Amino acid sequence: MNAVLNAIAHLGAVGLNALGLVGELAMFAGSGVLAVVRPPYYPRRIGLALMEIGFFSLPVVSLTALFTGMVLALQSYTGFSRFNAESAIASVVVLSVTRELGPVLAGLMVSGRAGAAMAAELGTMRVTDQIDALSTLSTEPMQYLVAPRLLAGIIAMPLLVCIADILGVMGGFLVAWLKLGFNPNTYLINSFSNLRTDDVVSGLIKAAVFGFVIALMGCFNGYRSKGGAQGVGAATTSAVVSASILILALDYILTQLLFSK
Amino acid sequence: MSGAIPKIRVRGLKKAFGPKKVLDGVDLDVPAGTGMVVIGGSGSGKSVLIKSILGLVTPDAGVIEIDGVDVLKAPRAQARALRAQIGMLFQNGALFDSLPVWENVAFGLLAEKKIRRGQARDKAVAVLAQVGLADSVADLSPAELSGGMQKRVALARAIASEPAIMFFDEPTTGLDPIMGAVIDELIVDCVKRLGSTSIAITHDMASAVRIGDSAGMLLDGKIVWQGPAAGLLSSDNPYVDQFTHGRAEGPIKMALRR
Repeated sequence: MNAVLNAIAHLGAVGLNALGLVGELAMFAGSGVLAVVRPPYYPRRIGLALMEIGFFSLPVVSLTALFTGMVLALQSYTGFSRFNAESAIASVVVLSVTRELGPVLAGLMVSGRAGAAMAAELGTMRVTDQIDALSTLSTEPMQYLVAPRLLAGIIAMPLLVCIADILGVMGGFLVAWLKLGFNPNTYLINSFSNLRTDDVVSGLIKAAVFGFVIALMGCFNGYRSKGGAQGVGAATTSAVVSASILILALDYILTQLLFSK
Repeated sequence: MSGAIPKIRVRGLKKAFGPKKVLDGVDLDVPAGTGMVVIGGSGSGKSVLIKSILGLVTPDAGVIEIDGVDVLKAPRAQARALRAQIGMLFQNGALFDSLPVWENVAFGLLAEKKIRRGQARDKAVAVLAQVGLADSVADLSPAELSGGMQKRVALARAIASEPAIMFFDEPTTGLDPIMGAVIDELIVDCVKRLGSTSIAITHDMASAVRIGDSAGMLLDGKIVWQGPAAGLLSSDNPYVDQFTHGRAEGPIKMALRR
């Protein structure tokens, strides 16, 4: 009987902790959004965060998109050729990349690179009192550290996804043309004839949401880290894992919302 | 008792983290232009005390007055303005490692818009000179400095905006005795020159005597002794006597066994 009660108590404690964490995250997100819109603004910090999230993530996002487009063309050909639907490959590649794979894969890559870096930097600042030092120097840490990263995440991710879309489609095109023997003109016409503006725009909306989530989880986990090097390591892991899961879950929700018609 | 309002007045300050009572009714007065040293063992609540005054920790109960105004009850803008008078030297320096030394020193001045960015480096170099650092240090990263130099840069950052109140969190920790004495001298010089009121927390008794006018001992979340800093080493208070002389046996150990 005691064992059952203990198990229930344990489950209750876990549930309460989880709810507490969600509440804490919601408060942090609210403060972060307020910090984005309220002055003072730190344009230099925004520029640095844009470089960190956007520019320095460009190689990994580009390579991921290029190879994904190439693989997608090959795999689609294997499947579609079994029922003589090879002509649909171009549409499948362009729609998959713009609506789904571009934003999701770019999100996962940026989360692993920039989200981890944010959590590690803010976590180190927390455990070495640098965040407290900011407060003593008439600077609100949420505005100086968090707001620029949130804003940069929202701006940089759609830009990265634009590039990822182009490279992903190009990867598919190159494989279709050079490896599978498609006529390049026909392939390009097939690619773009079925592509609508909302396919691209919905992908960019997803990208902006994912950018916010990556920056939010990086900052949240770093900001509340404690316990020295081990705590910073745990915060970094948690930032990447939580952002990745949220990206996948939000991808389903956004897809449902944006393409439910 | 004089009717003058102390620069800093703390009454009944309480703070607990879960079941652990870290501050359990702390009272202290720091008159304007004087320096108080708070001593006490690790985990006795010294850092929580100054973080509470700084607004980095929210106390559970009590009064914290700066210039006679309770910063816990004052409107946010007024509390922020009162706390903006405080310069803080953190235990490990807490220098921003993403910024060069000069930007660390001028950070508060730039944040308060007391200075333009174009003038900030010159001002930082002037403040660095006050703590005995050459201008060649200004463009280095904090990671390129020794522990003693980092402490000096942190002190320069704390004094750059000429604060009316200064807090020093274990200013000599991690330094050799000579560098510790140098930092103490710099602290005394800066505090005197600026006419600031200061609170220092330390384990280093030599440092406590050098930089404090008065002293208090924090134990189990309460101030158990207050007196002149010069009398710390000769105090007949059993807690102070045991702590300052580093004796294993005594009432503090008994308190821990309780």
